[in-house]
Parts: sequence; C-alpha cells; structure tokens
Amino acid sequence: MATLANASATPARRETNWSIAVAAIAMVAFLIAAPFVLYPVFVMKALCFALFACAFNLLIGYVGLVSFGHALYFGWASYFAAYSAKAWGLQPELAVLVGTAAAALLGLIAGRIAIRRQGIYFAMITLALAQMMYLVALRVKMTGGEDGIQGVPRGRLFGVFDLNNEMTMYVFVLVVVLAAFFLIYRIINSPFGEVLKAIRENEQRAISLGYKTDDYKLVAFVLSATLAGLAGSLKALVFQLASLTDVHWTMSGEVVLMTLVGGLGTVFGPVVGAFLIVAMENYLAPFGQWVLVIQGAVFVICVLAFRRGIVGEIAARLHVRL
Amino acid sequence: MFEIFGIPSQALFGQLLLGLINGSFYALLSLGLAVIFGMLNIINFTHGAQYMMGAFIAFMLLQYLGIGYWPALVIVPIVVGAIGIAIERLFLQRIQNLDHLYGLILTFGLALIIEGLFRNYYGSSGQPYGVPESLQGGRNLGFMFLPNYRAWVIALSLIVCFGTWFAIERTRLGSYLRAATENPTLVRAFGINVPRMVTLTYGFGVALAGLAGVMAAPIYNVSPQMGSDIIIVVFAVVVIGGMGSIMGAIVTGFALGIVEGLTKVFFPEASNTVIFAIMIIVLLVRPAGLFGRLA
Repeated sequence: MATLANASATPARRETNWSIAVAAIAMVAFLIAAPFVLYPVFVMKALCFALFACAFNLLIGYVGLVSFGHALYFGWASYFAAYSAKAWGLQPELAVLVGTAAAALLGLIAGRIAIRRQGIYFAMITLALAQMMYLVALRVKMTGGEDGIQGVPRGRLFGVFDLNNEMTMYVFVLVVVLAAFFLIYRIINSPFGEVLKAIRENEQRAISLGYKTDDYKLVAFVLSATLAGLAGSLKALVFQLASLTDVHWTMSGEVVLMTLVGGLGTVFGPVVGAFLIVAMENYLAPFGQWVLVIQGAVFVICVLAFRRGIVGEIAARLHVRL
Repeated sequence: MFEIFGIPSQALFGQLLLGLINGSFYALLSLGLAVIFGMLNIINFTHGAQYMMGAFIAFMLLQYLGIGYWPALVIVPIVVGAIGIAIERLFLQRIQNLDHLYGLILTFGLALIIEGLFRNYYGSSGQPYGVPESLQGGRNLGFMFLPNYRAWVIALSLIVCFGTWFAIERTRLGSYLRAATENPTLVRAFGINVPRMVTLTYGFGVALAGLAGVMAAPIYNVSPQMGSDIIIVVFAVVVIGGMGSIMGAIVTGFALGIVEGLTKVFFPEASNTVIFAIMIIVLLVRPAGLFGRLA
C-alpha cells in the first residue's frame, strides 16, 4: 500500500486543523447559496454523489481497500428506499432508514466475503459481487427490471414538512449529507480511524501490535457501505426513481473517478470530484457516448500525471491538510 | 432420444456444448489475464475491450476490405497485439513502480475509451458476422446435433490453451519468463532484456484476447459491450482459479463454462449468477482459490 499512501498522504500531518475548518465553512456557505444560483435538483444530485464518494473514500483513502463494486450498496439502497416509500407508503425518513439498513446488511455480507483476499483480488471480488447483484436486480420483481421503480412519492418528512417543495427537499438532503460528512470526519480522526490508517500503511505491523485487522477492515467496509446506502436512498427520493443505472458497474467506476479526480484520502476531495463529474456529465450529455471516452481519458490522465487529485494537489502546494 | 434426470438428452448435451463454448472463451481470456498478471503485476481491465476489438476488427475486415474469417484469424491477433504493445509502451510502463491498483484504474480507463469509441460509431446494437462457409452445417452424433463451427471453436481454443501452457512451462523462453516473474532483477543480470519481455508478454496476452474475439464473432453478435459483459465473469473465474498457475486458469475456465451450461438446464434462473455463487463458496472454503497460493 506504500505508493497509494504516498500519493494521498498530505504533508504537515501535525498541522492544526484550521485549514479544514476554513474549507468546511466555505463549503457550507457554498451549499447554502447554491440552490439560489444553480438548479436545486442538480445540487442535490451532486450532494448525493459527494456523500457516495466520501463513503468510498473512507475505504480507499484511509484503509487502502479498493472496492470496485460500490454501486451495489448505492443502487440497492435506492431500490429499498424507493420500494418502501412506494409499496409500503413509509414516510421519507423511514424509507431512507430502510434503504440505509439494507445497504449495511449487504455490506456486512459482501465485506465478510471480500475481506478474505487482499489487494487486487479484493477489487475483483467486490466487482464480481456487485455484478451478481446487478443480475439479480435485472430479474427480481421488486426492482421493476428495466423500468425501475418510478414515481416514488417524496411524502412528508416526519409527517410535517412537504418534500414535494424543492427547497424543503434541498434542506433535508443538505442537513443529512452534512451530518454524514461530519460523522466521516469524526471517524477518520478517532482512535479507530488511526488504526485504519495504520492498517493502510503496514498491515503486518498493525497485526503484530495486536490489532485484529480483519475486524477493523470489516467495520470500515460496513460503515462505507452504509453511508453509500444513505446516499443512494436520498437519491431515490430526490429523483423519485430507482433504476438499473445505479447498480451497474459503470456507477462503481464513476465513484472511483470522482474520488480520484478530487483526491484520494483527502477530506474534501471526493466532494469536489463529485461536483465536477456531475457537472461534466450534465454539460456533455448531448454528446452521447463521448462521455464514456472522456471519462476514460480523465482516468488515464489522473493515474499518469495527477495522482494527488485536485484537492490533494492544492493541499500539497499550500502545505496544509484539506 | 432418451432422458437423463427427466431432461431430454438433446437439451442436456446442447447446453453442455454451449457451456463448453463459453468455457473456451473463459479459458482463453483468463489465461491471458494470468500471463499478464504474472509478468506485469497488473490486472488488465482492458482485456474485455481488447476481446471486443478483436471481434470488431474481424467484422471491419470483412465489411470494408472483404477479408474473410481465415485470414482474420491471423491478422486480428497481430493487430490487437500490436495495439497492446503500444499501450504497454505508452502507459503501463510509466506506472510499473506504483501500487498495482493504479494499473487496474488505468486499464479500466482505457477500456472505457475503447468501448466509448466503438459505441460512437456502431451504437450499442450488435453487428452480424457469418460462420465461414467451410465450417457451416454440422453432424448428427446420434445423441445430439453438433454444429461444425462450435466443434472448431472448442478444438482451437484447447490447442491454443495447451500450446501456451507448453510454451511457458516446457520451453527455454518460457523458463526465462517464469524466472523473470520470480525475480526480474536477477534475470536482467544474466543479460536478458526483461523490459522487452514484459512488453511482448503483454502483447501476447492481449493477442489471445483478440483471437478469442474473432472466434466469438460468428457465435455472439459483435457489439461494443460484449467485452465488459464477459470480463467481470472472467474476473470471477480468475478469483476461483487463482492466478498462480497457467493450467489452473485453463481448467477453471472450461469447468466453469460446463457448470454454467448445466445450471441452464436444471435451474435456468441462476445460470448467469452461478459463477459468482461458486466464487463466494470458494472464497469461504479456500480463500486462495483452487489453484492459488496465498501471497
């Protein structure tokens, strides 16, 4: 994992966290102003992907585990949230909980299996498991197959706030996503997070210090899957739709792209990456299949010349943590 | 006409044959992946796209130049291999000292580029490619009907697989290759040009994918996403077999194709997920894979 760590490690690790505080305030200010300037649905989409990318980053950036199948948790959570809201008529907050819990359970099962191998095999196993569940989604009745689950009701939050109002929905998404960001930040700075980083740097040494590294990796995996599921559940409510796109392997690739562009192992990188990639796809939508070519090219350029990502690069230039 | 476990023999052997055909492609592709992984320490995500390219180049040769199946069987692997060599020289060589997850991400990006380009020009629908005249028709074996082309695909892929195994395990060149996998620095000290060997190995592995593409063209539709559909299954095959052994890759490929075919007969709903299910079971029972050693 040494090279992965080198690309993502930020210099001046012991620096006080003022840079993070400044960036966080700037981010919150931007997100409060954003719906008045940009389309709220666009910003909500970007927020869901930002949370998805942060959840993914928790694994790749802090434990050094590359999951190539994170669409599994994102997509299936959105199916469960959409289904429980539509078929069972659950209130939105409960639907989101159902989706998130489903992702946690799936993460626990997939994690148990995938953690048995390391490195490159881990990536292939997670990809294969996600593909299996994609094929299941194609078949079972609950997901609606090719049609997906359409017309998901947004409902009333806690029975009070009408989420059909775009601004109310935005506030709900923003509050949930910011709370999740804060949780992730606390996780990576907790003693538990330090152990995760130790595993990333040198798993053998962490084992020799008496840590049951497999247990730590599993907990991190489940946390990551759960938060990815939270993002997927929110997306199902925002778009009132759960579809095959969200469980397809291209979605797993997309979250890798967002995290890589923003900066692996940085706090704000995945957020920046998600906003950039979602914006790029919006503007490039008329060009059809060129999106795929451009995404591929961005991957290649990032790996060859830009491994720190945007935020990682800025942090390195300014000698701060971001 | 007789029955086995209540299944008509025609259906059973028909699916077994289909399974063997799929198995031929799994074996050829996982063999290429294993050879490349051994030398470059890279999981070649582009492998599926290179297989698709093989099928498309065969299709384009016929469509635009009127060059048929038999010459394509030779030309296509050379072209795909040459493109592979260019990719290795331009991209993969630059990241050889990095964590091999970057190799996965880089080759994933290249696969997206290739698939995107073909989709741009050919859309996502399939293009037909006929069976060559000399292999049309088939013969009745009594218990089943065997189309000639399918018999040819199985035979050719067996020959290529075992030829590759022989070249790597039993020849002098193969011994250099295996030595360079174990310790490249020492092999270089003996005056062998290891970087060139790495390049050629990648070219060879990719050429195998191209060859599989030509062979697949008359059986499946030639479409831009044929590569990404198969590559994930091949990854599961590789996890099941373990990438340590060439023979392991071949045997696992064919065996899983047969299992998939049999599942189609007895439990059709699970036929496209059975390989992944086997992967899960193997990981739980024998995490290193059937033929692998834990690193």
